[in-house]
Amino acid sequence: MLNPISLAFKKAKDAKRPALLTYTVAGDSSKKQSLEILKAISNYADILEVGVPHNTPVADGGQIQTSSYRAIKNGIKMNDIFKIVSDFKKIKNSKPVIFMGYYNMIFQYGENNFLKKCKKSGVNGLIVVDLPWPENKIFSKKCKKNSINFIQLLSPTTSNKRLKSITKDAHDMIYYISMLSTTGGKLKVSPKKILANYNKIKKISPKKNCVIGFGITEKTISNFKNTDGLVVGSQICKEITRSLNNRQNPVINVSKMVSKLKKKIS
Amino acid sequence: MKLKKRIPVIDQGDRLGFWGGKFGGNFVPETLKKPIEDLELQFNKLKSDKNFIKERDNHFKNWVGAPTRFIKLDNLTKHVGGAQIWSKVVSDANGGAHKIYNATVHCLLAKRSGKKVIIGDTGAGYAGKMLSMAAKKFGLKCKIFMGAKDIKRQQPNVKAMKKNGADVIPVYSGSQTLVDAVSECMRYWVANCDTTAMCVGSTVGPAIFVRICGWSTSQISRELKVQLINEFGEIPKKLKLYNCVGGGSSSFGFWNEFMDYNKKQVEFIGVEAGGPSKSKRHAAPLTYGSKIGILHGAAQYVNQNSDGQIEETESISAGLDYPGISPLHCFLKDVKRARYTAASDEEALKAYQIVTKYENLRPSLEPSHAFSVAIKEAKKFSKDTVVIINSCGDAYKDRGILEKKLGKKYVKSN
Ligand SMILES: Cc1ncc(COP(=O)(O)O)c(C=O)c1O
Repeated sequence: MLNPISLAFKKAKDAKRPALLTYTVAGDSSKKQSLEILKAISNYADILEVGVPHNTPVADGGQIQTSSYRAIKNGIKMNDIFKIVSDFKKIKNSKPVIFMGYYNMIFQYGENNFLKKCKKSGVNGLIVVDLPWPENKIFSKKCKKNSINFIQLLSPTTSNKRLKSITKDAHDMIYYISMLSTTGGKLKVSPKKILANYNKIKKISPKKNCVIGFGITEKTISNFKNTDGLVVGSQICKEITRSLNNRQNPVINVSKMVSKLKKKIS
Repeated sequence: MKLKKRIPVIDQGDRLGFWGGKFGGNFVPETLKKPIEDLELQFNKLKSDKNFIKERDNHFKNWVGAPTRFIKLDNLTKHVGGAQIWSKVVSDANGGAHKIYNATVHCLLAKRSGKKVIIGDTGAGYAGKMLSMAAKKFGLKCKIFMGAKDIKRQQPNVKAMKKNGADVIPVYSGSQTLVDAVSECMRYWVANCDTTAMCVGSTVGPAIFVRICGWSTSQISRELKVQLINEFGEIPKKLKLYNCVGGGSSSFGFWNEFMDYNKKQVEFIGVEAGGPSKSKRHAAPLTYGSKIGILHGAAQYVNQNSDGQIEETESISAGLDYPGISPLHCFLKDVKRARYTAASDEEALKAYQIVTKYENLRPSLEPSHAFSVAIKEAKKFSKDTVVIINSCGDAYKDRGILEKKLGKKYVKSN
């Protein structure tokens, strides 16, 4: 039996399109609203990345920082985030959820406790921004034992030698960072170049699902139709901010946006 | 966990950059792995390259102004009554603080690797000012990240940075202080590491930055060792070295050459910022037993809540106002080589008043924290005890705060 993440990729492949992955911050702008957003966008997205907000993020740009600080200010705690996922899973059990965050949150929870709680609440995978290879070797093994996908990151600065070692240790999914940027940066590299790097990864590691993230928006997404999956984050976070500023309902606006994104790659 | 003898502490980390198996490391995004590895290779080679050391020493001597003075504070000694009180006047260094050593070395490294731009963080503004000076000298473009709150309270240094042609980029996130400036600087590096070199302003950040900074500031103790032998004919039998600790670069540099001495002979005392005496907030993770966490790429004792969110700090001194602390100091604390304590805002101000009353010396608010503890403890020591305080910064940058807190005469009379 395929794990839920691989199954989501397979379904997208069968439909001849990349999987759509969304990123929203847990607790943005409130626990209840972020759950509502997850429910609404899961009608279109294949995999949901749930951001675990941290207040000293070293890789996030302005939009995701704004969402994260808003969530923290509204009092979100780690246990609330697990609760959001388990509440979501009660309704959409088969939709994969991936946490994306910084290692200190896991470290303070205790690696083992954290993984236990992930399993219990239905988290399927983890992206830990500041736990690179080889520092993540032990933890990623622990994840595997607990049937949680540890998702390795690759970037344009990753050497070929590292690329080989990292993909070898990777589980079912790999995340390629499209360019030198924090999240939310404008796409400053040509899609052609990004796809060339993507294809290099696929050549070395054809069986693993590779997604591209950073700089993917409504404007750029259709350039990448021939890939395993695409992640949109900052544009969604920005839409939440915009909706709140205009006193509109972020749930409706964000779900409209995600539906459009899906159409562009279908 | 053990401190090894005859191996520089900066080189006592393990393969992954952890001191004592648990402090430091490289908790960084994948994108930074390569530039960090490049810097490691470069530094490991150059730190034992005779020509590079000659070049460094030449700049330290002729540009930074080595050695900085080592002076006896006779009046203060008489007033306190107890140990002999001395000071290493590191604020003599070009620019007015120890931050010049690290800035110079980083610019030399950047230059050699062909980078055109160097970026850095700053709290008190000294790290930024010095980086802007060194960048100008070595022909590099310079960008400094500084919390908006610090920009307001450390104007003289902001003006100096701008005069040197640096871009000063205000950081409005979080507490708008040093912690946010370092985060923003690292984020900028993530996006520009192909063309840009980064200097971290203290012995914090990913392991290589801790090592480069500690290696650079160790100039202070190299000078002091010579000066002590000149003065006393030997290293005194009872020597106590007091230093304020923010990120920990001045204190580490002040102590490094004395690491192998028995602590009964050469004791290290680090003074953290206790914050306002009425506030629960502080910047003293070692003194108040903060838990280990990850901040800016390194494992360290850090002020945080149970979830792992970094807590806001409070201190009158922008240079010490940081929730974490160098992995080197976490290590020195746990192996019990150094002792750490804190002074409050009020105690630092009081010490500033005492020092400026008795001596022709004007320590900034950071070293005033160290003076506070040294003065208190020196009373109880014998006359043959030699107490030395690293006066690592000049109070010119603090004139606004000093005037507000103590009145005009404390600014004018000095
Ligand atoms: C004069 C002075 N002293 C001390 C510090 C604290 O830093 P560190 O502990 O790295 O010496 C600073 C930092 O800005 C400073 O400007």
